[in-house]
Amino acid sequence: MGRKLLFDKAHIEGIRYYDVYRANGGYGSAEKALKSMSPEQVLDEVKKSGLRGRGGAGFPTGMKWSFIAKPEGVPRYLVCNADESEPGTFKDRYLMEFIPHLLIEGLLISSYTLGCNSCYIYIRGEYAWIPDILEEAIADAKKNGWLGKNIQGTGFDLEIYVQRGAGAYICGEETALIESLEGKRGNPRIKPPFPAVKGLWDCPTVVNNVETLATVVPILRIGGEEYAKYGTGKSTGTKLISACGNINKPGVYEIEMNISVEEFIYSDEYCGGIPNGKRLKACIPGGSSVPILPANLLLKTAKGEPRMMTYESLSDGGFATGTMLGSGGFIVLDEDQCIVKNTLTFARFYHHESCGQCSPCREGTGWMKRVLLNIENGKGKMSDIDLLWDIQRKIEGNTICPLGDAAAWPVAAAIRHFRDEFEWHVLHPEEATKRNYGLAHYADPLEIAAPAAV
Amino acid sequence: MFSEEKLNKVKEIIARYPAGKQKSALIPVLHLAQEEFGGWLSSETMDYVASLLQIKPIEVYEVATFYSMFNLKPVGKYVFEVCQTGPCMLRGSDNIIDYIKKKLDISVGETTKDGLFTLKTVECLGACGYAPMMQLGKHYREHLTPEKVDAIIEECRSKAN
Repeated sequence: MGRKLLFDKAHIEGIRYYDVYRANGGYGSAEKALKSMSPEQVLDEVKKSGLRGRGGAGFPTGMKWSFIAKPEGVPRYLVCNADESEPGTFKDRYLMEFIPHLLIEGLLISSYTLGCNSCYIYIRGEYAWIPDILEEAIADAKKNGWLGKNIQGTGFDLEIYVQRGAGAYICGEETALIESLEGKRGNPRIKPPFPAVKGLWDCPTVVNNVETLATVVPILRIGGEEYAKYGTGKSTGTKLISACGNINKPGVYEIEMNISVEEFIYSDEYCGGIPNGKRLKACIPGGSSVPILPANLLLKTAKGEPRMMTYESLSDGGFATGTMLGSGGFIVLDEDQCIVKNTLTFARFYHHESCGQCSPCREGTGWMKRVLLNIENGKGKMSDIDLLWDIQRKIEGNTICPLGDAAAWPVAAAIRHFRDEFEWHVLHPEEATKRNYGLAHYADPLEIAAPAAV
Repeated sequence: MFSEEKLNKVKEIIARYPAGKQKSALIPVLHLAQEEFGGWLSSETMDYVASLLQIKPIEVYEVATFYSMFNLKPVGKYVFEVCQTGPCMLRGSDNIIDYIKKKLDISVGETTKDGLFTLKTVECLGACGYAPMMQLGKHYREHLTPEKVDAIIEECRSKAN
């Protein structure tokens, strides 16, 4: 069994409630931080832990925190990003539903470190039942002196509020989230200024993912140095992976970042293999925006080394032969799945979710969706494949926020690795509407088909 | 118009933000209004919310039209919001959508003649491990099969009677 730091007590009945959480050592890390450490010392532990943002970008948390501006007399805010909307990702939901106090404790320690007296949890609107769970946890924490004024007699004050979104993927982008929290459309802001300087209501603000903030609790419990001994290299600690698609045991798993992708997919401790004796065709290991990889490149890097469940190993080879750990939304496709159709659903997703500010994204995502729909419906032309490649290239890097890149990458990777399948759709339109390409040519390692130069 | 109780709730929401930042309450208050006034936001409702928060009506329209959870036209008493994004598609959401269409004799975006059911397709709701799924009111219905869909429809019909 892999070691656990977040879910180590998840199996305890009633861990959702304050009394059980507290009786099992809960709020011990907060007590330690508030009563015996300065904010600088806590920050130091977080830096030593090597914790990287768990929302998808993987930016070092300690460094992000050290950027927060501290002008005299201006409030600072901590915002917890619970807008979890990246297709394939449902880990934060689990954490909030089943161990809400772990998040509350993490928010308390983090707010103390950053010097924030108000904290907002921005949760996606569709998770409509979770705010009740969080608000109950907040009320219980407050009743027991962990929130409100003069927490545990330390003189530190903190209020936590839960704010529901209303259905917009883009609000997971931190500046769009801030706009939404201010009661506006979720249009990302141009950076700089960064939120650390000018964020919520123009005040210094830190926005962190749910899992990132919850992870501060075990870091304080065991110490930053000890935490850094978990995992491998720059992928320290554990990571929540939400696994879905064609696997026997979909669900949320806490993994130590030292296991191979193959073990994660096939071992009974995790995904438990692929149902109905089917073979693995492809996988999107970090949420829908990261590049899809065919099985051969997923399980082994281009150098022939086993691919590990770490930030570094998953991105080994860059986008030519690698992908990203991203948010940990692990989507598995078996041999019966159609890459064109899968890519189409993601293109449709990004088109639906584009905020419309930047024309490359607003127009490009819809254009990609229409071209993919034609190919999927057997009305595509060979030139459409190059057209798709051309469109995605013109979106990537040309937008205010990363949604443009997120929309471009899945299309690029699908063409890069499965060009023959796109061509088959174009050449055999009759068949393509009836059945999938399957693994016809799949026994051989797929060539990394470089698209024609445009 | 909100009841006294709901008006107090609005005040409580506004108190979460610093003085003068009551516009931040807009999305939570629109959720309240949609629940309270028949599951959708008419322009009268939106103007009312604007007056409550002392902001311009256009500021409310901008937001209501941006977020997909706000309905700008009337919907059925029960709205089936079926996810159709990749991970759900891999687990057969297309079949579920087709099944509901046939069963209720409506297309996506339509409401049944008795005003009971609306079918919507939506993008990823963060339940990919429990696919296929849909949102029904405040909750998720997961691991959908045609039999489960039948049971849900029956459940709604009996609640409505």
